[in-house]
Amino acid sequence: MSTVVKIPTAETPNYLTEERGILSWLLTTDHKRIGLLYLASVTFFFFIGGIFALLMRLELATPETDLVSPHTYNELFSMHGIIMVWFFLIPSIPNTLGNFLIPMMIGAKDLAYPKLNLASWYIYMFGGIVALYSMARGGVDTGWTFYTPFSTIYSNTYVVGAALGIFISGFASILTGLNFIATIHCMRAPGLTWFKLPLFVWSHYATSIIFVLATPILAVVLLMIAVERIFQVGIFSASLGGDPVLFQHMFWFYSHPAVYIMVLPGMAVISELVAAFSRKRIFGYTFVAYASVSIAVIGFLVWGHHMFVAGTSVYSAMYFSLLSYAVAVPSAIKVFNWTATLYKGSISWDTPMLYAIGFIGLFTIGGMTGLFLAALGVDVHVTDTYFVVAHFHYIMVGGTIMAFLGGMHYWWPKISGRMYPEGISKLSALTVFLGFNLTFFPQFVLGYLGMPRRYAAYPPEFQTLHVLSTAGATILGAGYLMPLIYFFWSWHYGPIAPPNPWRATGLEWRTPSPPPKHNFEVTPVVTQKAYDYDAMKEELGLV
Amino acid sequence: MSNPQQLMLREQYGTPEQQRESVTFGMWIFLATEVMFFGGLFMAFTVYRVLYPLGFDEGSKDMSIVLGSINTAVLITSSLTMALAIHSASMAKLKRASFLLLTTAFIGLVFLAIKFTEYYQHYEAHKAPGVWFESSSPHANAMELFYVFYFAMTGLHAIHMIIGITLVVIFAVRAYCGSFNSEYHTPLEALGLYWHFVDIVWVFLFAIFYISGLHT
Repeated sequence: MSTVVKIPTAETPNYLTEERGILSWLLTTDHKRIGLLYLASVTFFFFIGGIFALLMRLELATPETDLVSPHTYNELFSMHGIIMVWFFLIPSIPNTLGNFLIPMMIGAKDLAYPKLNLASWYIYMFGGIVALYSMARGGVDTGWTFYTPFSTIYSNTYVVGAALGIFISGFASILTGLNFIATIHCMRAPGLTWFKLPLFVWSHYATSIIFVLATPILAVVLLMIAVERIFQVGIFSASLGGDPVLFQHMFWFYSHPAVYIMVLPGMAVISELVAAFSRKRIFGYTFVAYASVSIAVIGFLVWGHHMFVAGTSVYSAMYFSLLSYAVAVPSAIKVFNWTATLYKGSISWDTPMLYAIGFIGLFTIGGMTGLFLAALGVDVHVTDTYFVVAHFHYIMVGGTIMAFLGGMHYWWPKISGRMYPEGISKLSALTVFLGFNLTFFPQFVLGYLGMPRRYAAYPPEFQTLHVLSTAGATILGAGYLMPLIYFFWSWHYGPIAPPNPWRATGLEWRTPSPPPKHNFEVTPVVTQKAYDYDAMKEELGLV
Repeated sequence: MSNPQQLMLREQYGTPEQQRESVTFGMWIFLATEVMFFGGLFMAFTVYRVLYPLGFDEGSKDMSIVLGSINTAVLITSSLTMALAIHSASMAKLKRASFLLLTTAFIGLVFLAIKFTEYYQHYEAHKAPGVWFESSSPHANAMELFYVFYFAMTGLHAIHMIIGITLVVIFAVRAYCGSFNSEYHTPLEALGLYWHFVDIVWVFLFAIFYISGLHT
């Protein structure tokens, strides 16, 4: 990899060296430092959730329940889901990369409400500690979906504690979304109109809308579960007059848009990566921008496709099926436009690009199988099987985590001021890709053959596929450990990074690496559209 | 001497204009969240009201329309004093703004006092849901659901009131100390938005819990 050395910036203090000491981190209002606080926390939760996953896969290596009891297995998949969804995936990209980059991409000194930003981290950590504490006390066995009446009447585990942890951390999401929306509206640099914004910002804007409008419904429904358990009343218990299906409606009214909370930021990263490593403006920029917003809007109208077998009316099922197809359209627009951007681009295969290409392939598979599930007849056949498990892992792990890692590699020079080692990082990208496919592709087959999810034991004829999946999970785990190790190494020993190692457009690359506390020496004035590689050829040294 | 506006400009903003816009805008977004928060409960309430019209009607007939109406009037009055406080601040009459804010907080406390009196009456009448609930009505389960929503929704509203009153008192002190001026009192305006929102929620709560059972 060749780099352009522009200005030496080592002497001037940056956001990492400006202040020192643990308190300067814990009380910081700098969006970049808060991004790093979040990065450390989500990484911690990712590995906790990963350990649960690994234990599940080990148990599933044999058809019998030998490693853990069925009850423990129930707790393992529940806690894996809760930790991964609410304490890793949802905050992963928005609160780390989004926090770090949005103010820089729009030429602002900080987010609109820096104190609220710090408050959101504390709220998130508090929620996480409550959830972990209830897990340490004995865990929860309802699945991450908390379906009633099991969660309200029959489960004897720490449902209220886990729900409370999620309830609390929900407010962190709301504050983040609120902060992003206000920032993107009010804090843009002079000249930076909406259609000059990087697509990263557009996608995070769409994510924030969901944060703000969907999360309160989750808060309400978890509150109702807690009230029902604590006061022994029958909000969702059929025997006391309650309606268990109402819970599913309210839960999925949040949790389906939450899927887009998880994947839209991934798309945000991919748009940046594909443009930077193809040296081209994103094909159909406006379409991709509007696609983000329409995913957020249509995403609110499709929750019923999780309930085709829950006894809802056939007409509502048809409506939800149709709209679920509709939400695939903007996603497909994005995939086609990224692919079209590659066409005749000057492509370089740096590590972030490997992750980006991996994302596009895996997201496509995940999205297409989502269409299978939106089809009423097919869904009835594969509901609650490994097919569903494989589908959403292709979106969340193959999509979001690939994008997260790709983004981490791409912006690592900006965050740390150091380059990561190129060779091993390419190896890690390949390992993650191969390990992921080996883990989850067999699960499509398993599900189609009838293996239900959430069981610790299974008929012996499924063993081959399960063993393949477990082997893949081991490789995947190793793939995730590699970046953890070499990022730590690079933080201290990596080669010094120039301000713009990728020769990319974007305001974040026009400030030193790492950036100074207030991001820019002078507030930039924006005259060019986003990703204008043709116009900036000479400035970027691309000729 | 530097411009007083500049003194209040937080470091992340470029101009006072931008700060004013961001603060108000942020409060509106927060209120959107709040609408969804209460909206979820209103939706669930409506579902059960449609499922159990008789039980919910019976529950609604137990409500004291007198206390409810008085409370509605009390709360709307507090919205008036809040609006006057903001007006005074914009006229740079900070002492008066401070006094009006304290009045607002006091009226808020009167509302809570009446509300908690009602709660106590329901408790005495064995209408508090859960182990305390007793009813010989054929619609006992549905009535209990009515009371679950009644306590949950008015309770959440009361929590919002308590937060609001605390903030109003803090802002009264800040106004008294001269933290605002006629040019910059945006945080006070944002607090006003919050206060009016909480009032409006009560108007809807009054309608669904008290008025809906008024027919003969």
